[in-house]
Amino acid sequence: MSGSPETGTLDPQVNTTGELRSVRTSVRHDSAAKHVSGAALYVDDVGEPAGTLQIAIGASPAAKGPIVGLDLDAVRTAPGVVAVVTAADIPGHNEISPVGAGDDPLLADTKVLFHGQPVFIVAAETREAARRAALLATIRIGEAEPLLTVEAAEAADSLISPDFNIVRGDPGKALETAANRMSGNFPIGGQEHFYLEGQAALAIPQEDGDMFVLTSTQHPSEVQKVVAEVLGLPINAVVSEVRRMGGGFGGKESQACQWAGLAALAARVTGRPCKLRLDRDDDMVMTGKRHDMLARWQVGYDDDGMLEAADITFLAKCGFSTDLSNSVIDRTAFHTDNAYFVPHIAARTKRMRTNTVSNTAFRGFGGPQGMLAIEHVMDQVAHRLRIDPFDLRMRNLYGPDRDVTPYGMTVFDNIAPEVMEKTEALSGYRARRREIAEHNAENPFLRKGLAITPVKFGISFTATHLNQAGALVHVYTDGSVHLNHGGTEMGQGLFTKVAQVVADEFGIDLDKVKITATTTAKVPNTSPTAASSGTDLNAMAARIAAARIRERLTDFAAETYDSVAADIRFRDNQVFVGNRAVGFADLVRQAYMARISLSSTGFYRTPKIHWDREKGQGRPFFYFAYGASCSEVTIDTLTGELRVDRVDIVHDVGKSLNPAIDIGQIEGGFVQGMGWLTTEELVWDAGGRLRTHAPSTYKIPTSSDVPAEFNVHLHDGINREEAIYGSKAVGEPPLMLAISVHSAIFDAIAGLAPPVVAIPLDAPATPEAILRAVTAVREARP
Amino acid sequence: MQAERHAIHIVRRGKVVEISDFAPTETLLDYLRLRERAIGTKEGCAEGDCGACTVALGRPGEGEGTEYRPVNACIHLLGMADGAEVITVEDMARDGELHPIQQSMVEHHASQCGFCTPGFVMALFALYHREAPDGLDRTQVNDAIAGNLCRCTGYKPIVAAALDACADPVFDGFGTDETIMALKEADKGKTLFVGDENRFFAAPVSIDELAALYVLHPDATLVAGATDVGLWITKQMRPIDRVIHLGRIREMTAIEDNPDSLVIGAAATYADAWDALSKLDPDIAEVLRRLGSPQVRAVGTVGGNIANGSPIGDTPPLLIALGAETMLRHGGDIRVLALEDFYLDYGKQDRQPGEFVESFRVEKPGPNTAFRAYKISKRFDQDISAVLAAFALDIHQGIIRSAKIAFGGMAGIPKRARYAEKALKDISLNDPSGWQPAIDALARDFAPMDDHRASAAYRSQVAGGLLKKALTEIAGEDTMATRLTGTREAADVGLT
Repeated sequence: MSGSPETGTLDPQVNTTGELRSVRTSVRHDSAAKHVSGAALYVDDVGEPAGTLQIAIGASPAAKGPIVGLDLDAVRTAPGVVAVVTAADIPGHNEISPVGAGDDPLLADTKVLFHGQPVFIVAAETREAARRAALLATIRIGEAEPLLTVEAAEAADSLISPDFNIVRGDPGKALETAANRMSGNFPIGGQEHFYLEGQAALAIPQEDGDMFVLTSTQHPSEVQKVVAEVLGLPINAVVSEVRRMGGGFGGKESQACQWAGLAALAARVTGRPCKLRLDRDDDMVMTGKRHDMLARWQVGYDDDGMLEAADITFLAKCGFSTDLSNSVIDRTAFHTDNAYFVPHIAARTKRMRTNTVSNTAFRGFGGPQGMLAIEHVMDQVAHRLRIDPFDLRMRNLYGPDRDVTPYGMTVFDNIAPEVMEKTEALSGYRARRREIAEHNAENPFLRKGLAITPVKFGISFTATHLNQAGALVHVYTDGSVHLNHGGTEMGQGLFTKVAQVVADEFGIDLDKVKITATTTAKVPNTSPTAASSGTDLNAMAARIAAARIRERLTDFAAETYDSVAADIRFRDNQVFVGNRAVGFADLVRQAYMARISLSSTGFYRTPKIHWDREKGQGRPFFYFAYGASCSEVTIDTLTGELRVDRVDIVHDVGKSLNPAIDIGQIEGGFVQGMGWLTTEELVWDAGGRLRTHAPSTYKIPTSSDVPAEFNVHLHDGINREEAIYGSKAVGEPPLMLAISVHSAIFDAIAGLAPPVVAIPLDAPATPEAILRAVTAVREARP
Repeated sequence: MQAERHAIHIVRRGKVVEISDFAPTETLLDYLRLRERAIGTKEGCAEGDCGACTVALGRPGEGEGTEYRPVNACIHLLGMADGAEVITVEDMARDGELHPIQQSMVEHHASQCGFCTPGFVMALFALYHREAPDGLDRTQVNDAIAGNLCRCTGYKPIVAAALDACADPVFDGFGTDETIMALKEADKGKTLFVGDENRFFAAPVSIDELAALYVLHPDATLVAGATDVGLWITKQMRPIDRVIHLGRIREMTAIEDNPDSLVIGAAATYADAWDALSKLDPDIAEVLRRLGSPQVRAVGTVGGNIANGSPIGDTPPLLIALGAETMLRHGGDIRVLALEDFYLDYGKQDRQPGEFVESFRVEKPGPNTAFRAYKISKRFDQDISAVLAAFALDIHQGIIRSAKIAFGGMAGIPKRARYAEKALKDISLNDPSGWQPAIDALARDFAPMDDHRASAAYRSQVAGGLLKKALTEIAGEDTMATRLTGTREAADVGLT
């Protein structure tokens, strides 16, 4: 046993019973049968208490300006309306910033800062009545010039917080002395989460002025805190609960709070239960997205394509408020190296405050933009030098004696080279490279491209204090187990994995473990289910809780059956005491009669991590997750249309707790990333209105966009750090496997251009962006 | 009007349910979720684009059985479900046993968050009940779920689940003789009128009744599939008090397949008209395959696509290039208009109050006509076109005698490219060097606009590229070398 302050006598990698029965098997998602039969309940499905009111939002008609007139009389007198609520009705604070920035009002008060910002709410007897009434308001906004782009914000010096840079060496000097040098601007688009279940909350007033909130959030403790702040209550007067979300992807981390806060406010004002479920268009207009960024890059390299220096400045569009942007953009800087050692490197970030919706967490949390930028630079350098991009990437990977990141953390677990080589072999990269060259030589209209890109993604919240989790486990007298922890289920299979771990701790069947809704009343002060950390943290906390009960049962059995703890095993729903077998439920019943406690909390915090942001040095990550993907695409040079033909992935999940669930995360993450880089385009008009605010105009991938050949391999390995049973986090890293799609499109276009012409391919590579790049390189031909 | 019924009848779980107290704009989804509390069916977008609300509607098929179509309940008006069996995800399991589609979804790990899952189950239920004598392949499953968005799984396990479940013979207890009996009981075949003169949902059963009712209420909203009108209700919150549904008028859903022409009733759905239209040309089949989704095509109509006058409807350019005519009716009067003349200006058609599109007629292309059509959008499936191009060239011995070219997305209306047509006259297909004047002429034909789908510059460039592509293909190039989707060599009739 390893033993540590974090896990006590438990060995994180080894099961005490000596045998894993549930863990490592592809058991189904705990709710699978309920999902397919419509029996899984989401916030809007739960039976409403009698008298529940429905809420609609009155939104700002302009992107910026003082509120000079707010006439709500027609709203108040509309049929079915019970209450109209404005900022003036807030008993506590009109402030919901998740980081205490003081720039995130629940309702706009004196001024509006983006088009669609909530200004008031209507509570009515039906949802239709509320929505109709909300349209009757007259909101007059004074003239003001909104800042809608990062360039405009830069010119106005409009920032949410100071610049933050991670720098190693002397990139400026190294760029000057490098044998070759290139530079460019690379626009990177944002992304709408498009969780299928929109934001929703149901607030039910309790006695003493307390509030119960059913919410669709990745962060119930934050919802609890915000509701308390808004209502002027201590935190213990609010309970927030979530059984499951219909998708989250980061969009329900901080940004579920506003809707729960508004529902609670309306419930306080009316004294009646109030439900707020955003219409899809409102959801897309009023909630933040992945940050769009502009990357200004400079790179210096030798004739073999070894990078000597890279200096990349990211201008990130944060929107009107701070929200989680600082942590998000820090992660962009942390991931600008991706899997490469660059001796002299600067990742500079500028956090632009704009009059747009406040951008927020989204799977990858800033990392994807950093990694996409350096991969784009790799593609440009490879094209300039006529080196196969795969060879160029291999040369620049971290390796022996080049294994320290720009922020001073050793890449102690580097498997990027072997994962890349395995991807090269499994995809048949070299042979296909030749076939594609032949295809392109013969085809005037349709061109193919091929690329392999690596992923190295740091696992842990970079806000170190968040790397903690709690769990609560009860065993009842029939041997059934009640499992609760601070993690939330958004489809990723967290609840299933944690239950597998707990079942194996007791040596019982998985179906004996009841999975229950996350609630702030059972486990307090929880961290968001984010940063891919859900299983690492919560499975360990739950295992610790279960182990405590098991240890008590072990001691009891040893005493009762005159044995010693070392001879007692929990397996197959039984407890083996030497040669004797006692049913688990029997032992539990005996223990109860003997007044043994059958309930325990568990608490876990990630060891070893530390981060000094001032110095830009530390070990912010417990470990790295790796992967690589090979994508083949075909583009139509007359229309810019794109087809992704084949994808091969090798991805590292350590030793998987549940291979089917992990593969589901990899496939789903890849396709979501592919959408970000191809068809998903956010368009704002000159007035700051989002024009792509519904699935009719914002296009996430459909089934036919998935490559016809799509091969996913789990890398065979174990986490070198002591994560739960040697597994690795899998939520976010696979999204960035999709960068190979962008690089393959680059490759297809690069063949049209001589080396001297850089390839101006933006992200997302929509048909229009592809055709623009094709046209530009053709017109640039000498 | 002789209203003979004042309630709709639907079949739910084998029983006929009568509903008379509903607003003309009440949606099927609200009925299910708010009244029945059948909460398995989800609202994802309320505009018919995500498919989370998909239910199956069963009606008597052409043969003996029941035909099941997937429908977006969020924009399907309750009154339109009159006479149909409504199946939701909760109805699928029988005696505690999951339906084969559900069971296969579970076994393939095809759900993650589960919110889209009921919609997928129902879309696949409709696929499961469709005859596929040669079995199904991946692309057919993709087509069947093109109207269902999933943000978690990446679709691969869903497709695998569908292929697995549909490989077995249909055996699920749906579409039995009892169902047919119940449907016969529910379908009264008489004119429906629910409400009063100020606020009603009406469904006449003859064109004469429709014409009379519409003259009486020229401000009523005519609804065929409600795939557009549904959004007026759910998104724009328009006050719509009088609704006249066309779907129950047999004369208007009829398809007349003559030796040299087609006459299609304005209320015939895409699914109804699929076979006839697809036979005109493989490219028409391909545009229809990508138009909307199975849910949209199950209820949406070509007539509605024509009548609402959108500059980005996909079918008007196809039909204009083929020289289609439309029949307009007012009371007892009928006028025939070349389809291109129907479109006057953005949002304005040559249609008088009380007048409606009754049908349209299209000539079948002759042996000397080469037809090509292309749909350009950000995403291949279920996306509104940035540009839709249709080319009909009359060719004699490699020389273009005449051309009809129509574009969508290039102007405020679906519009012909008359300068380009003229420039193509007498041009040789064998000499690409002579094509450029026609390509250049498109710049005189169109001044497209910038919007969130595409920039004006992109639209203009693509229009030229598509003309070049059409000429290259007609000159003999294999479309495997010219297209990413919808190759003509592989043109099978797809799925509706």
